[in-house]
Amino acid sequence: MRVIILAAMLALAATAALAVDPGERLADPSLEARARTLSGELRCLVCQNQSIDDSNADLAHDLRVLIRERLTAGDSDPQVLQFMVRRYGDFILLRPPVQADTYVLWFGPFAVLALGALGAALYLRRSGRAPQQALAPLSADEQRRLKQLLAEDQG
Amino acid sequence: MRRLIYLLPAVAFVALAAYFFVSLTRDPSVLPSAMINQPTPAFALAGLGDQPGLVRDEFAGQVVLINFFASWCIPCRTEHPLLMNLSRELSVPLYGIDYKDKPEDAARFLGELGDPYRRIGADREGRVGIDFGVYGVPETYVIDKTGRIRLRHVGPLTPADVARELAPLVKALQRS
Repeated sequence: MRVIILAAMLALAATAALAVDPGERLADPSLEARARTLSGELRCLVCQNQSIDDSNADLAHDLRVLIRERLTAGDSDPQVLQFMVRRYGDFILLRPPVQADTYVLWFGPFAVLALGALGAALYLRRSGRAPQQALAPLSADEQRRLKQLLAEDQG
Repeated sequence: MRRLIYLLPAVAFVALAAYFFVSLTRDPSVLPSAMINQPTPAFALAGLGDQPGLVRDEFAGQVVLINFFASWCIPCRTEHPLLMNLSRELSVPLYGIDYKDKPEDAARFLGELGDPYRRIGADREGRVGIDFGVYGVPETYVIDKTGRIRLRHVGPLTPADVARELAPLVKALQRS
């Protein structure tokens, strides 16, 4: 039983082992939690598709330490993000801010969806009307032919 | 005429494909700097060993180049021969910031390859680097007479970079 518990604990510990060094952590758990959330928001500029929370890069480590310093000095979360953006630009934010030059990014997909919906609506409206015009009554000739075919079938 | 509307998706596709195709030739590891046209961040760094250090305010009124380097940085070795002639070629002072390095390693590096810098500041913690928005060495900055950053070059400088970007900019800034 002890072995199973130990194994389970080790397995859990392994999943929790991220790039954050024990030595980097702050003593205050609420500050540390804020630091973790902020590091998840910031891009590691060396590896680019990882947050600095996940990255082992040297610069990511430096930035994590810096975040904790800013928080300890009394900065609010937006102030810390602002501090990073001033140096590294919006690219450091994993979630791009909604502003004039990112409108296409944020709203482009909805615009395409709306265009598609408009096209589909127009198409459906037109094809909904079309069959009624096509349903002209049969001509005398067609009536005769129909009767003939039906008679053949029965006979 | 109405038929033309069916060409619209094809036109949109071609436009997007062309845009993506051009983007393929861009190097995604080269990032734009947020510090362009911003004042140079203040710093006061100690020198290597007992050499004099580097303070931002001493640049005031002149165009200067600042090169972030490190002895552990392989591309810096590639760049080094070019730096040796750069400051004479462009007649502009070149200052070095030794990024996250041990001063004795940096001294050995420069002893081996030559020292192209007018003066060097040792940024042992990399904090000045972060203030500049450095995300890898080497990086080279052009500072104008008013102390604003006008250009950042990421990665080792090549003769083509010097001829195309650096030299024309430095000349223009020196004239202004």
